Amino acid sequence: MKLKKNNVDPKILRRRLIISLILALIAIALTSIGIVMISKAKPIDRAAPLHRYGFLWNEKVFSILQSNKRLSVEKPNPPKSKEPRVNGMVGLNSPLDLKSYRVLVDQPDKKLSLLVSEFYAIPKVGYTTDFRCIEGWSEETQFAGARFSDFLEVYKLGKKADGNYYEYVGLETPDGKYFVSIDMESMLHPQTVLAYEMNEHPISLKNGAPLRLLIPIKYGIKSLKRIGKITFSDTRLPDYWANKGYDWYSGL
Amino acid sequence: MTEKTIIVTEKHSFILRFLHWNNVIFLGLMIWSGVLIYWAHQAYIKIPKEIAHDFKIEYSLARGMGWHFFIMWPFALNGLAYVLYLGFSGQWRMLIPLKNGFKDAFLVAMHDFRLVKTPPPIIGKYNAAQRIAYCGAILMSIGMLITGLAIYKPVQLGWLTYLCGGYEAARFEHFILTVGLVVFIFIHVLHVMKAGWNNFRGMIAGYEIEKE
Repeated sequence: MKLKKNNVDPKILRRRLIISLILALIAIALTSIGIVMISKAKPIDRAAPLHRYGFLWNEKVFSILQSNKRLSVEKPNPPKSKEPRVNGMVGLNSPLDLKSYRVLVDQPDKKLSLLVSEFYAIPKVGYTTDFRCIEGWSEETQFAGARFSDFLEVYKLGKKADGNYYEYVGLETPDGKYFVSIDMESMLHPQTVLAYEMNEHPISLKNGAPLRLLIPIKYGIKSLKRIGKITFSDTRLPDYWANKGYDWYSGL
Repeated sequence: MTEKTIIVTEKHSFILRFLHWNNVIFLGLMIWSGVLIYWAHQAYIKIPKEIAHDFKIEYSLARGMGWHFFIMWPFALNGLAYVLYLGFSGQWRMLIPLKNGFKDAFLVAMHDFRLVKTPPPIIGKYNAAQRIAYCGAILMSIGMLITGLAIYKPVQLGWLTYLCGGYEAARFEHFILTVGLVVFIFIHVLHVMKAGWNNFRGMIAGYEIEKE
């Protein structure tokens, strides 16, 4: 393949160069204005609107791939370390009385107040898989407890009168200081567990005793520690980190 | 012809220039937002505190992710358009290394350092070192997309993560490829500065003057 050679009038060349430079300047100006406008636009939940719409667009695209058959890879053996990494204490600093501890369930047509022991009664499932933090680190973690979909089955929860599931599940700590909301499809994933055991030991206070969520198909920010209340809703409930500008979906 | 004319080579087509400068913007934004994300968990190399502070890369994980997972779309589409353009226009022939490519590339480098008097002849648009560098940049960019997706969706695209050797391995590969691309950009810019205005103008206006 050969490059074309031309015999050209210098005036034409000069015109070509000037036009190209003007185009380049316009492109640079538009790009700069674009970047500044994206950065300075009035935020939605502390994210620049274009980022928020970007997150929502990515959620639409990648949730197509989500399926109950796509699992976070399970490891054959539980990790050797006993205490999983503790990365945040939001919602865990209020006084706690384990004896009178109740998990509240709030569904528009149904309210429950459950003892932790009632979760022990649901068939126990356990997994060893990566726990992935949105910061970038990951840690092999074993966890066991009641599968969330089993919990819904046992207590006839999560469905509306017409037989369809509520679209969202909200969870919060007893003091309400940490809260997440998650799409129902992810909550029904077989690896989504209401756990009372981590790395083959009862969950420590720092890691969310007596009962916490573990949802390995989401970043760790969604695996709420110390569940005080579970809410079902058709509207997207508030989410601690989404309110701070992060992706609400945070699916892996 | 009565007037004086100039012989020019039509070096870079408008499409090629358009895609090239797009890529400067998209790759630049990807690397910058990638650094914002990397700051939150500095697994391989620690970013000095002063630098993190002065360049405002502290506590910007959400913003970094917002940019990274938004710009990844135009970055990937622009790259795809570039590869398709090279393929269909036949210009890929000017990019792939030729026989003795590595030896000639070494001689080009030796000539650049003034250790060898005459460089090996240039066939087509680029010398042997450029061919390797530009092909390498394309391959690294493809690697960025693959390892990036493997980190982004390790469950839903678990097979990709598996191909990369697992989640942690994919993270490291993504990091190393970033370093590779930054090194490429550094050398590329130095080379363009050394080659001078006639060469640089080729990427702006498309032509390179042969003889006045």
